[in-house]
Amino acid sequence: MRLLTHNFLASNVKGVSTGYPLALEVAKTSIKEVELNVDFLRGILPKIDWRALFAATSAAGFPELLAAEQPPEAELFAEGAAAVEGSAIRRLHHALLEIHVEEGTLVCPDSGRSFPILKGVPNMLLHEDEVRH
Amino acid sequence: MSAGDGAAVSAVEGKLAELSASCDLRTLPKRGKSASARTLNTAQIQLVAGHPEVYEPCDDSFALVDALLSDKAQLLTLQPSLCMEVGCGSGYVITSLAIMLRQLGSGTQYLATDINQHAVETTQATLEAHGVHADVIATDIVSGLEKRLAGMVDVVVVNPPYVPTPEEEIGMKGIASSWAGGLNGRQVIDRILPAVRELLSEKGCLYMIALEDNDPLGICHLMNEKGFASRVLLKRCTDEESLYVLKFWQDAAAGANASQSGRSPRAESWLSQLPFKSFWHKNAGSS
Repeated sequence: MRLLTHNFLASNVKGVSTGYPLALEVAKTSIKEVELNVDFLRGILPKIDWRALFAATSAAGFPELLAAEQPPEAELFAEGAAAVEGSAIRRLHHALLEIHVEEGTLVCPDSGRSFPILKGVPNMLLHEDEVRH
Repeated sequence: MSAGDGAAVSAVEGKLAELSASCDLRTLPKRGKSASARTLNTAQIQLVAGHPEVYEPCDDSFALVDALLSDKAQLLTLQPSLCMEVGCGSGYVITSLAIMLRQLGSGTQYLATDINQHAVETTQATLEAHGVHADVIATDIVSGLEKRLAGMVDVVVVNPPYVPTPEEEIGMKGIASSWAGGLNGRQVIDRILPAVRELLSEKGCLYMIALEDNDPLGICHLMNEKGFASRVLLKRCTDEESLYVLKFWQDAAAGANASQSGRSPRAESWLSQLPFKSFWHKNAGSS
């Protein structure tokens, strides 16, 4: 699971109103490089919960990757930034699409229910008595 | 059901039986000319992972992938940012989608869900064997994604559990979850559709398989009431079943027309090519 997906995942346990963001506990990560696509990042950025992404990158062991408070938009989409090693947009790309959480846990902030991540797959399956009807 | 409806249904059945005889001519060939296109544009069967508790790629999977291939130009024009498969099973379909849209590069990201834990592992293996990536989540339909992903997904593909079964077979673990569809095979489909409608973006499309028994026309009508136009991309008859691949997309006119006249001109455009047009008119007239 990449941090992009973590950013869109919420706790689905019965009785929980927000269940977001899920706290991330990371036991193992892997890095898989993919080509950077500025248009994708520009399109997805308004939908990203930046605080949740920042917390997730820190939990995954990359606390210096992103600005803590908000996305530095001017810097991110500055002309030619994508070609510059270590630029803000490269770091955002790395955070969203290249860090894979292989083993770990997602924890619901409201109920404390934990969801295991095994072999890269978060398990959001609920027991019968946890499902909303 | 009134006697009139009963007669209409028998008429439809009669016409469909007639159609079955010539059905092969109406579908894409499974081998021959399309075989090379499939090899280049889809997952390779010998690289698809397997597990005793996971549904193997079968006629329905091939029909869905062939329908996606037939719509590849539109998919590329759409330039989807997020694509998703609900119920990914072996991973054959989401892997094929990622391969056929490969030229969009990392501008397109993929998600896949399945309620069967063996299936999510199998899908991971199939994706890896083909060098493509999707984030795979073990969950019931889209549970956990419905809030934050609302209105964001551009392409959803679903090969749902559509086989009519006793209701109690729904909710069984393992491979049964890939086919057990309850009454008329609609019980899971009818949970998937509203969930997917919430996730689709304004330009988003849903590609879904339905069986004759699932009442594909009724599904189109239902989606039309919710503002979605529809089209049959492919119909394929096998010895055991008649499969449809339906495509749905948002269309402001669809809902408006549905509320005025009870039917949609968009739906009619494809219905006119199918034998149950008379059935549709009869129902629309009596409602």
